[in-house]
Amino acid sequence: MAKLTLRTEGELHIVGTRRFSAPPEAVYRAHTDPELLQKWLLGPEGWTMPVCISDARPGGKMRYEWVNNKGQGFYLTGEYVALEPFRRIVHVERMFLPDRTPDNHVETTFEADGDGTLMTIRMTLPDEKTRSQMLATNMEHGMEASYARLEGML
Amino acid sequence: MEGVDLDAAFAALADPTRRAILARLAKGEATVLELAEPFEMTQPAISRHLKVLESAGLIVRRVQGQTRPCRLAKDGMDTIEPWLNMMREALARNYDRLDAILLEETKKVDKRKSERKKRNG
Repeated sequence: MAKLTLRTEGELHIVGTRRFSAPPEAVYRAHTDPELLQKWLLGPEGWTMPVCISDARPGGKMRYEWVNNKGQGFYLTGEYVALEPFRRIVHVERMFLPDRTPDNHVETTFEADGDGTLMTIRMTLPDEKTRSQMLATNMEHGMEASYARLEGML
Repeated sequence: MEGVDLDAAFAALADPTRRAILARLAKGEATVLELAEPFEMTQPAISRHLKVLESAGLIVRRVQGQTRPCRLAKDGMDTIEPWLNMMREALARNYDRLDAILLEETKKVDKRKSERKKRNG
């Protein structure tokens, strides 16, 4: 099934897996092509990504800027470390909320799985406290989504 | 999940001020006074939020002279699990959207292929 799993691993990692019905090449492209990223990497309803820079080569920069319909916004910057086309992306990212968060090292792998792709995303934070902090700030985003959904069900 | 009542935790997290308080406490211990300042709220108002967070098992308070500094209940899994759920929720929404994009892209590729076939055939 295409259900997302997400768990902590050891003291420093967060690991997620998700299956897609499209082949690795397509899923990889959707993670590196700015035009495609702008369509899905948005979080809850009401957020858009007006700025998306993704220079997908080792040392290349990334910058994603999000805004919502209430005029709030935040952004992320990062650098690509290694890219193996259609198989693996390694990058470093941090958020500005507006304070800069510690670097998050992210390795994303795309494995062929039948006609589809099994994607694994592995985040490494500098220490356990930072990991808690990241989850706490991300929670802001997640809550909006879950409550919007809850409202729809009630 | 000893200590954390998930329903109470979920209700406690429904309030943006309480989420912001938790995000602040993730950086380290703080007193009511220190918490009241950035939120531009009175100390009694902050104290009420802290009570909700405390009874949900999300924070703990200790007595230090006249003050009662608060910190996150535990850096372990018990506290992290509700947060992880929230992050899962946000990411799941992104990936559901990605499914739709991938379907669209696949259709475009198929269309180009069949057009090429038509031209060549």
